[in-house]
Amino acid sequence: MKKKILFIEDESVLQKTFGEILEQEGYEMISALDGEIGLRLVKEKSPDLILLDLILPKVNGFSVLKKIKEDKETKDIPVIVLTNLEGLEDIDKVLKMGATTYLVKANYSLEEVMAKIKKALG
Amino acid sequence: MVFKEVLEQLNVHAQCKKYGLSLWQCPQFLFLVMGIIIIISTLLIYAIGRRYIDNPQMVALVVLSITTILFIIAAIITRSFERLAEASRMKSEFVSIVSHQLRSPISNLKWTIEFLMSGRISSVTGKQLEYLKILKENSDRMGELVSDLLTVSRIEQGKLPLKKRKIYFEELVSEAIRGLEIFARASNVEIKFTPEKNLPQIFSDPSQLKLIVGNLLDNAIRYIPGKKPGVKRKNRVTITLKQENNNLRFEVKDTGVGIPESDQKYVFQKFFRSSNVMRHQTEGSGLGLYIVKSIIKKLGGKINFSSQEGIGSTFWFTLPILK
Repeated sequence: MKKKILFIEDESVLQKTFGEILEQEGYEMISALDGEIGLRLVKEKSPDLILLDLILPKVNGFSVLKKIKEDKETKDIPVIVLTNLEGLEDIDKVLKMGATTYLVKANYSLEEVMAKIKKALG
Repeated sequence: MVFKEVLEQLNVHAQCKKYGLSLWQCPQFLFLVMGIIIIISTLLIYAIGRRYIDNPQMVALVVLSITTILFIIAAIITRSFERLAEASRMKSEFVSIVSHQLRSPISNLKWTIEFLMSGRISSVTGKQLEYLKILKENSDRMGELVSDLLTVSRIEQGKLPLKKRKIYFEELVSEAIRGLEIFARASNVEIKFTPEKNLPQIFSDPSQLKLIVGNLLDNAIRYIPGKKPGVKRKNRVTITLKQENNNLRFEVKDTGVGIPESDQKYVFQKFFRSSNVMRHQTEGSGLGLYIVKSIIKKLGGKINFSSQEGIGSTFWFTLPILK
């Protein structure tokens, strides 16, 4: 069984790039272009890992994370936050809410992000 | 509603924080000071008037007219200060918003280039890789510039976050040196680091300090003189770290191009690039040393340098030991 990764991110360029790489690595990627679709797909597809942007249309990443962690069925899914917000308050807030890792996009290379994904999937 | 607005205006401390200015540059505070000056001078004029002018109506008139003039002048001055402060705040905010907006496309670009370079799509030929590397270098440069701009706007808005903890500074310096080893070797520069033994811990922000040390070392390595035929000089960067009273003193000495005397007073200014440096290197934003100085000041330290053109520069800073 391929492991499923849900990518909640409004930049379609990133959806495309990550989709292709994750597929090559042997994962199945499900893409969600806004927070609302993201939340729906978390329920429907029960992914093994969630990659989450914070600035999202409709429902922002903070609320998405909150809802995932409040729901008994979804609270154990690891969430990697992938964003360009880098305020210390945001990082603290997100980690306290139960995110596994917080990655500032500008500071990580593609390979480093992949390594974090593999690590989170165990 | 109006009442609430007035109350907000009266909260001088909060208003000044909004502008990120010190008290003496803050319009609301200045307005209060002006008010106090007007009251004092009104009382003074009244006292003097009563003494030297017999007609009470005349005293009242003089006091009133001088007070009015003072009030008008004070209002004009405060208003213009307020406008300046507001303009400066808007500029910082603008830089901050633009930089944030630039970050997304830059990281998209960076990752897409990395994806192309990885050969995951199709194999990449040597020539293609060469050009992809150029693209990568330039997108990285753009990324760094935007990061610097964001840091500057945070400094100016007084929003630079500091996360202090107990650290051994010499370990942090060694780490920064390791990070620059490849660059140093490629530039034919030898780095020597001799910290004093048994240095105490400091209470400071490690990630900001790493940025500062990295920046100073990068400068020391980067601006080495161009190669002259026949002259074989090994370039050297010497770093020392020692205790001086209640401070740690970090010093980095290079054998680089040095800073011309006429340029020395501008070194810590924003966007400043030394004229002789521009001949060697066009890269760089001129923000590095401005950021370094601002952060050192915030961490309670001092920074300065000495330099001689053609011989080299020595930059040093101090940091307070455990407070």
